[in-house]
Amino acid sequence: MLKKRIIPCLDVDRGRVVKGVNFVDLIDAGDPVEQAKIYNSEGADELCFLDITASSDDRETLFEVVKKTAENCFIPLTVGGGVRTIDDISRLLHHGADKVSINTAAVENIDLVAKAAKKYGSSTIVIAVDAKKNGDKSWNIFTHGGRNPTDIDALEYCIEVANLGAGEILLTSMDRDGTKIGFDNELLSTVSSSIDIPVIASGGVGNLEHFVEGVLKGGASALLAASIFHFGEYSIKDVKTYLAEQNIAVRI
Amino acid sequence: MKLVIINYGSGNLHSVHKAFEAVNNNLENPYEIVVTNTPSEILNADKLVLPGVGAFQDCKNAIHKIDGLFESLEQVVIGEKKAFMGICVGMQLLAEKSLEFGECEGFGWIPGEVIKIEAPADYKIPHMGWNEVTFSNHELLNNISQNTDFYFVHSYYFRTQKNENCIATTKYPNPITAAVLKENIFGTQFHPEKSHNNGKQIITNFLEWEPS
Repeated sequence: MLKKRIIPCLDVDRGRVVKGVNFVDLIDAGDPVEQAKIYNSEGADELCFLDITASSDDRETLFEVVKKTAENCFIPLTVGGGVRTIDDISRLLHHGADKVSINTAAVENIDLVAKAAKKYGSSTIVIAVDAKKNGDKSWNIFTHGGRNPTDIDALEYCIEVANLGAGEILLTSMDRDGTKIGFDNELLSTVSSSIDIPVIASGGVGNLEHFVEGVLKGGASALLAASIFHFGEYSIKDVKTYLAEQNIAVRI
Repeated sequence: MKLVIINYGSGNLHSVHKAFEAVNNNLENPYEIVVTNTPSEILNADKLVLPGVGAFQDCKNAIHKIDGLFESLEQVVIGEKKAFMGICVGMQLLAEKSLEFGECEGFGWIPGEVIKIEAPADYKIPHMGWNEVTFSNHELLNNISQNTDFYFVHSYYFRTQKNENCIATTKYPNPITAAVLKENIFGTQFHPEKSHNNGKQIITNFLEWEPS
């Protein structure tokens, strides 16, 4: 049976982890490669790096981080943040990313989705969607890291990018992000039941039960979390053990 | 001994290279690993690895665009029977043909065709993530337990014409070919380079394999 994936996400700024795990044994807790290694050995199913480096001059550091991570972690690595062109995708893949997530650039230039999927294969292209509720069963997407509103309907957008060849949707609820009150399962189920490609749930997870709900109520194929792992509240193993106890198939 | 990883611009080349290097470094007699598309290097290979992600036809075109690449591969793998491993689309290319985006001819090294995964409507396509693999006994699957998870990402699969060429399967929920074998030619639909320790074990097995 295909397993539900647990994906820890690291925010990386100028090559350093911004919100890090409080791992006692780490020599350098701000080193994303060191943190990735721990997640890798703890049984994470994939890893996700979100580059939040503001200046493009500092972006080179990311490539080095990706390269070193790929040399040490033999699980899929998704890298996103500031991906704007085919050349950006190419460079990330060349340095060892397995998938690249695109957010704002896909909204501004929808052709990029089809071009990227054609060139590198659908499985390589993750479309990241930041959605905020604007009414009953209706969500709009935001760009530029959630700063800029659009009048684009989230569901329609997800259907469109899926048709253009996106391999996965990384769906973040802006209403829930950072709240720890659980995923927006209504958003997740509305999108996941309307498209064939997998949906990764993101935003709002605060306890173990939230992971279960993301699968059972949200219909998510994978569950992404950041702070719940970073602050050491739960380990990957805790999450997987709990999911398994609820009869949800996970890789143990 | 020289292991050649074929470079034709495949997206997973780097990951495959790094995984093989990591395993190779632990061998008593490590291989010289060369990443290349040069026919003269390929002709000198003792073992070959063909990675591949993306569309079947794009991968095939990319290989044929490089002068003498396919011919040298054919000479070493079919003519000289050197051990070969294809990964994902690199494995699907072994088929006679693929039906992805219209019909496209493959290498024809293993009888069968590459067809779309047929699954109930509530099954997501692509088949993406960790799934259990069952297999028949073979040294390429040494030290792997039945129902071990491997990482898959694909929408099409290789339906071999002969059962004997399909040595491992997964279920989604119908059986899907997870690994193929014909004499010196081995291929996996899953990504050993992304399947953590189990993937490394498969790579170890391939490096130690001496096809008779």
